[in-house]
Amino acid sequence: MTFGTAGIAEFGKALLIPLLAFLLFLGIWEFSAARIQTSLGAVPGPVEVWKQAVNLVDEHREERARQAAFYERQDKRNAEALAQDPSAEVHIRPYTGKPTFVDQILTSLVTVFTGFLIASLIAVPIGIVSGLSQTMYRAINPIVQIFKPVSPLAWLPIVTIIVSAVYVTDDPMFAKSYITSAITVTLCCLWPTLINTAVGVASLDKDLVNVGKVLRLGWFTRVWKLALPAAIPMIFTGLRLSLGIGWMVLIAAEMLAQNPGLGKFVWDEFQNGSSNSLGRIMVAVFVIGLIGFLLDLGMLLLQKKVSWDKEAVLR
Amino acid sequence: MTIEHLNIDHVTVEFPTPGGTFRALDDIDLVIEKGEFVSLIGHSGCGKSTVLNVVAGLLQASRGGVVLDGTEVDEPGPDRAVVFQHHSLLPWLTAYQNVELAVKTVFRGAKSKAEMRDWIEHNLRLVHMEHARDKRPGEISGGMKQRVGIARALAMQPKVLLMDEPFGALDALTRAHMQDSLMEIHAELGNTVIMITHDVDEAVLLSDRIVMMTNGPAATIGQILAIGLERPRERVSLAASAQYNHYRAEVLKFLYERQRRPGEAKAEAPAEKTAGESPLPQKSPDLKVVRDKAVA
Repeated sequence: MTFGTAGIAEFGKALLIPLLAFLLFLGIWEFSAARIQTSLGAVPGPVEVWKQAVNLVDEHREERARQAAFYERQDKRNAEALAQDPSAEVHIRPYTGKPTFVDQILTSLVTVFTGFLIASLIAVPIGIVSGLSQTMYRAINPIVQIFKPVSPLAWLPIVTIIVSAVYVTDDPMFAKSYITSAITVTLCCLWPTLINTAVGVASLDKDLVNVGKVLRLGWFTRVWKLALPAAIPMIFTGLRLSLGIGWMVLIAAEMLAQNPGLGKFVWDEFQNGSSNSLGRIMVAVFVIGLIGFLLDLGMLLLQKKVSWDKEAVLR
Repeated sequence: MTIEHLNIDHVTVEFPTPGGTFRALDDIDLVIEKGEFVSLIGHSGCGKSTVLNVVAGLLQASRGGVVLDGTEVDEPGPDRAVVFQHHSLLPWLTAYQNVELAVKTVFRGAKSKAEMRDWIEHNLRLVHMEHARDKRPGEISGGMKQRVGIARALAMQPKVLLMDEPFGALDALTRAHMQDSLMEIHAELGNTVIMITHDVDEAVLLSDRIVMMTNGPAATIGQILAIGLERPRERVSLAASAQYNHYRAEVLKFLYERQRRPGEAKAEAPAEKTAGESPLPQKSPDLKVVRDKAVA
């Protein structure tokens, strides 16, 4: 591939301008951070935050190495015991080290997807039904409008208490904190999907509705062949909004519910109050932002794959 | 007593509005024979589409009704297939799949899979679209979309084909092609067709009868003109035909002299003169003009 002069200029603009802007941002940050003194020392600049990021990755590697060593020792011990006495009872214990930053990222991702999946499974069908039926839409609209603006912090105590009361088992498969966080995410990301699905289904072209009538399509065919494909772009708009909100809500929910994810990481560092804490929290901020961006990008790619209209401009 | 094929029997349509009842159609009464090609022509807003929607069953008449082969029409159905102005194909399905949806719905249990496939392909061939069977509507031109729309309607094997300004959104050349195709198909299949049009030439070229409607509100049939031109008709030779030009002038006179739109009376007076310059009607012995109703 060859670039003409215009091509190089275009490429430069596409890459150079964002790069310059980012460097400028880092400069302002470094300059002003050093001038703000807190109880934990000066606010960390980009260099300090980068060091903390490297630290967190190193800590993760060390923890994994310790874990591997633990299992190696255990296996060796068990093998020796069996060699002496084949009927010996061997103990296999899981490693109980503290979760690393990477573990916490994974926990957050699993939790947000759980909440998002539950929300989507509820919101899309209800959205379709209320898009098809004016009566259903009227019935559901006030509920949606009232619950839509409610903060996750208001839901959380209710969800916590209900989960504690309802989810009672001797051998819990999931931690309560995980369920509480996921359900709080669900409650907050139901609404954009529901509303957008309903609007998408309801705005089906009138001529297409008439085609369905002339053909006397059954209810199921009408939904499956007409309403749903037509509403796909709107449904995805809703899903993207929902996932974005879900990710934002999750951090707050994890802080309060003590679900071992990024929210808890931020909270623990805040409570810890070491000279590194501010830097480590800032690493979390960047990671949260980057993951949110990648989640949105992922949804966009999924939409491109599912949508019939490959020409549509998606952004 | 013989039963008429399609009887639009004293149909009146009224809509409730905040300002009282609005009467869109007033006492439309028309009997159409099997295989007949009828055009509805009139100024926009005169309720042509309303007539079509009542026949399609998409709209209920307030008074009167539509009887097709002895059965009253009270809901939409594939025996009265509609070709809409804006193709109304499902944009996420290919040409083949669009026709397939209709065929699968209409002939479920009546045709085998292989028979359905043959029937879909036959109909696509009929409108000369077999080469684009796997293209989506977004990938083909406006004329081609309309062809697929016609194929879908024909594939339902309707008793009556209803066309709502099917070529209105097409350019003049494409429109001429489509009209020729439609004449060809009509000659081959002998469907009963009701077509709405704005285009005087199109109406004269294609129709057995032209139903001219008065302006709304309370629009009704102003005049019915029987077109006695021999079939097959050929547009180039007809352009020089006195008979053809007489019919054309007859429709123009109705539209621009007797049913001039009230709002245009002053504003468009010069334009109206241009319309009047079209060839004068020549007395022709085989003229068959039926005046159903006196129009003021």
